[in-house]
Amino acid sequence: MSGHNESILREPLITGKDITYARITEEVLMPVENKPNKAWWIGFIAAACGALLWVFAVSYTFWTGIGAWGLNKTVGWAWDITGFVWWVGIGHAGTLISAVLLLFRQNWRNSINRSAEAMTIFAVICAATYVVSHMGRPWLAYWVLPLPNQFGSLWVNFNSPLVWDMFAISTYFSVSLLFWYTGLLPDIATIRDRATGMRRKIYSILSFGWTGSVKTWQRFEAVSLILAGISTPLVLSVHTIVSMDFATSVIPGWHTTIFPPYFVAGAIFSGFAMVQTLLLVARKVLGLENYITMFHIESMNKIIIVTGSIVGVAYLTELFIAWYSGSEYEMYAFQNRISGPYWWAYWLMMTCNVISPQLFWFKKIRVSIPASWVLSIVVNIGMWFERFVIIVTSLHRDYIPSSWVMFYPTWVDISVFVGSIGLFFTLFLLFLRVLPSIAIAEVKLLLKSASEQEKKRQIENNEHDKVYVDSYVESLGKFDSVKQEDYAKV
Amino acid sequence: MSNIKYILGSFGDPDEMMHGIEKLQENNIKIYDVYTPMPIHGIEAKLGVKRSRIDVAAFCFGITGTLAAFSLIYFTAVVDWRMNIGGKPAFALPDFIPIMFELTVLFCAFGMVGSYYASTHLFPGRAPRVMDLRATNDRFIIAIDAQQGAEHTKVDSLLKEAGALEVKYNERKYISYE
Repeated sequence: MSGHNESILREPLITGKDITYARITEEVLMPVENKPNKAWWIGFIAAACGALLWVFAVSYTFWTGIGAWGLNKTVGWAWDITGFVWWVGIGHAGTLISAVLLLFRQNWRNSINRSAEAMTIFAVICAATYVVSHMGRPWLAYWVLPLPNQFGSLWVNFNSPLVWDMFAISTYFSVSLLFWYTGLLPDIATIRDRATGMRRKIYSILSFGWTGSVKTWQRFEAVSLILAGISTPLVLSVHTIVSMDFATSVIPGWHTTIFPPYFVAGAIFSGFAMVQTLLLVARKVLGLENYITMFHIESMNKIIIVTGSIVGVAYLTELFIAWYSGSEYEMYAFQNRISGPYWWAYWLMMTCNVISPQLFWFKKIRVSIPASWVLSIVVNIGMWFERFVIIVTSLHRDYIPSSWVMFYPTWVDISVFVGSIGLFFTLFLLFLRVLPSIAIAEVKLLLKSASEQEKKRQIENNEHDKVYVDSYVESLGKFDSVKQEDYAKV
Repeated sequence: MSNIKYILGSFGDPDEMMHGIEKLQENNIKIYDVYTPMPIHGIEAKLGVKRSRIDVAAFCFGITGTLAAFSLIYFTAVVDWRMNIGGKPAFALPDFIPIMFELTVLFCAFGMVGSYYASTHLFPGRAPRVMDLRATNDRFIIAIDAQQGAEHTKVDSLLKEAGALEVKYNERKYISYE
């Protein structure tokens, strides 16, 4: 029931006074229905320049071949696969929020799932472009598909994790897109019914004729739940398979069974950090403080500590196993990571991923917006270096010391990477303008149960024990969108 | 008989709307459909809408995906073109599992969402059949077929009693867009 009661001890998921269904629609659609402000234009122009750089660098790569990158005979994979794994990992948080938190009935997902899913889709687009461009001859990209023998001498090798990866990434992308778009239909219909003229026509096509009748909603909920149920193992499988690209090889430093859980934890870790980076800015610029509250920020920070600690344990386990295995090659690979010529990359990774997120144990830091934002960027830098360390430091000193080299990126490597960030932000900023960044229908579900105003009404009617009320009011102290004075008299 | 086709009770609150449904049902007035801006839990039971069988469809599509993946890999790797990889068996079932899993998810998702779109008549370009433009915003609409014989004044008073903010008499079924 929409009017079911929630414990007073739970912190509110919507803050603010006099929130109505109409006001939720109004506030969420504000950026969609109005002209963009200056902040958006500045961001968009900067991002679009990045995207243009990306187009140029990728075209240059296609024209000249991957010799344009800094790869050499020893280091055959470097920034390309680092970028690929980094982007796929970032994408994972969107599915985690929309699917796993739905299965666990975590209602706080309702106001962040839409933008997190959009982030997933854009991150996977960035990742997929690396896959295509690192092939060298991208016009033959269809060779990864299981095509009959007349296209070559053989079918694809189904024992290869690279083939599994093609299936995993393409399934992941298309299923995420489906999940996201189906969830968008009711909100697109909301825009459609408020718009006029050409806008109404466009949104009418995009809304697929959504009406919001009983049967539509009933099936919608069933479909969402099943999609969440299948996306949960899907998201775990994707990064597991990505890690198998490395783990099934016989390179020291890659050939470890710990990789699947370690990569999945790292993916969630970096994904949540990217969600923080985006949403902390978006909530301020778009004025969504009442919907993306301090409770959401703190919850995400808690997930960052948990997954960051899992990643830390994985790093230490790797070191222990390198020693315990008794394999001198394995041991050398890790000694080389820690104290070899790439020691700085290793220690940057350790500091950013394991040490600095531990600051979130302090509540003051966990509920501070500037601190959360800075640390989220630190985590993303750390996670990029993690992939760089795993890939480049395992390769650059192979079995014959005469072929030991260092990897130096060329301007093309750097431009493809910086450009992919530009592409990501261009897509994300466009998304904020044309589609609602918060799932309107899902947030409306919370209004009569989990909102601050409903809880305040209950307190004013003396429906709850004083002890509980006091602890609830105290928990509101951290919210930047709630004024403590309002509770002074009650 | 007038030209009125549908009577719409427009509520501002989901609980009041549920109350309105009860009132109408007590008086044996048939409800055509209900349009809401968000899912209302428990409404299907009240209106006697049968449980969705989309989960059965999802399972069937999923299992089709599993079998499709297995057949494809078995045919290519075991029957059509065996590869000798260090003398290991060609029928390496553990290696088949990742793709079998991925295709299960892929078929299940696309099959299920496709069935959902087909059964609910959702597709790009479909003209929205809207009775009240605020049903996707902040109003919860109960639609009653006016030709069914129920007395209009009675429907009107029942809806208003339950808390309807507004009762509309639509002469066209859908106020679709010109």
